[in-house]
Amino acid sequence: MIPEAPPVLNGDRVYRIHWVLGTDRLRAVCHCSAEREFEDPVELWEWLLGHPAGHVPAPAPVPPRELAAV
Amino acid sequence: MSAIPRNQWYVAAYGREISHELFSRTLCDEPILFWRTEAGSVTATSDRCVHRRFPLSQAPSRLVGDQVVCGYHGFTYGADGKCVAVPGQTRVPRTARLTSYPVVEQDSFVWVWIGDPALADASRIPRVPYLDAAGWTTVSGREPLAARFSLLVDNLLDLSHETYLHGGYIGTPEVANTPITTEVDDEAGVIYVSRHMDDAECPPFYSRSTGLEGRIARWQDIEYTPPCLYKLHSRIAPVGSVPNPDGTDPDAFHVEVVYAITPETENSTHDFWAVARDFALEDAEVSAFLAENNRTVVLQDVEALDVLEKIIATEPEGYQELSINIDTGGLAARRMLARMAGARDEATTR
Ligand code: FES
Ligand SMILES: [Fe+2]
Repeated sequence: MIPEAPPVLNGDRVYRIHWVLGTDRLRAVCHCSAEREFEDPVELWEWLLGHPAGHVPAPAPVPPRELAAV
Repeated sequence: MSAIPRNQWYVAAYGREISHELFSRTLCDEPILFWRTEAGSVTATSDRCVHRRFPLSQAPSRLVGDQVVCGYHGFTYGADGKCVAVPGQTRVPRTARLTSYPVVEQDSFVWVWIGDPALADASRIPRVPYLDAAGWTTVSGREPLAARFSLLVDNLLDLSHETYLHGGYIGTPEVANTPITTEVDDEAGVIYVSRHMDDAECPPFYSRSTGLEGRIARWQDIEYTPPCLYKLHSRIAPVGSVPNPDGTDPDAFHVEVVYAITPETENSTHDFWAVARDFALEDAEVSAFLAENNRTVVLQDVEALDVLEKIIATEPEGYQELSINIDTGGLAARRMLARMAGARDEATTR
């Protein structure tokens, strides 16, 4: 099982939402690296699009991975 | 307010549909006349005569060489839409000209720019080279949909509906039970939804065409560039097989499913679909099977969405819906489309 597909889009302002494996929760990751979990995609989008309000960058941002050729 | 984004490229037809004959199709509420010149390029102009609005696609209107002659009083137009002759007088009014649309024929599609021609940039048309490339075989079609285009966008961005609406074709239990990752790049205008099932049942759609039986790795990667082009990169492989670091992927079968979602009117849509594969290239039986099967799947969606359109058309604005995890990508698409449609209103009211 691959819990999360590697990032594909490589723009500077990409929002990522992971469906957390084995749960009903969604983890939203802003382009500023702030993260938060949600149970409702509508609330999730409100939070993401509200950037920068309430967005505290994650302590240890995930290092950028090699991009798969599309 | 219109929900149809303007200043966008839309698929109007397959190249094979346009020959040296008059051909009409309504796109984004605009009746457009197409034909191929004797030199082979596609022209797109308004399908309404400037004189009394007679449709130029309607007999006895006719094509004579590279000119269209209106079947009502004989106004005659060149390939660029300019009127070159009117009946009974030698002077042709200077303003007698059909609206003409920027056209690009590419990757088996005819693309048309709906909006201000000065803004048309052909380099912004999303590419699907495999629909028309060596090493791939494609089957394709188009179905009329009596529903607003956003319903088809919703439908295609959430593939968990495969399990229910398309059970026995492309749906298997894992499709609805696998986590997904959604990526949204607002600046590039792309929504990407990945669902990688690494140990899944092989649905009939793929077992019949690839010969793989039992459990498979099934990856579905949606790449939607609103408003028109939707690609589903589908990878089917033996369990445990992954692509090589250099991108080659010899053990897998690749199916590229493409939809072009073109509004016909506010409440009807052209549903273009194509399925390209990189295996069994010469196998006519596989082609027939994939074409028949995909068309069945498309018609299952069409039937459901036609019903849905009738229902929501009678409901008041702002009807209630409930969104859950599977709707994450669809919500992103709606937002992008709303912004694109709104940008038009801003531009025209300024
Ligand atoms: S309507 Fe076409 S010539 Fe009169
Ligand atoms: Fe942020």
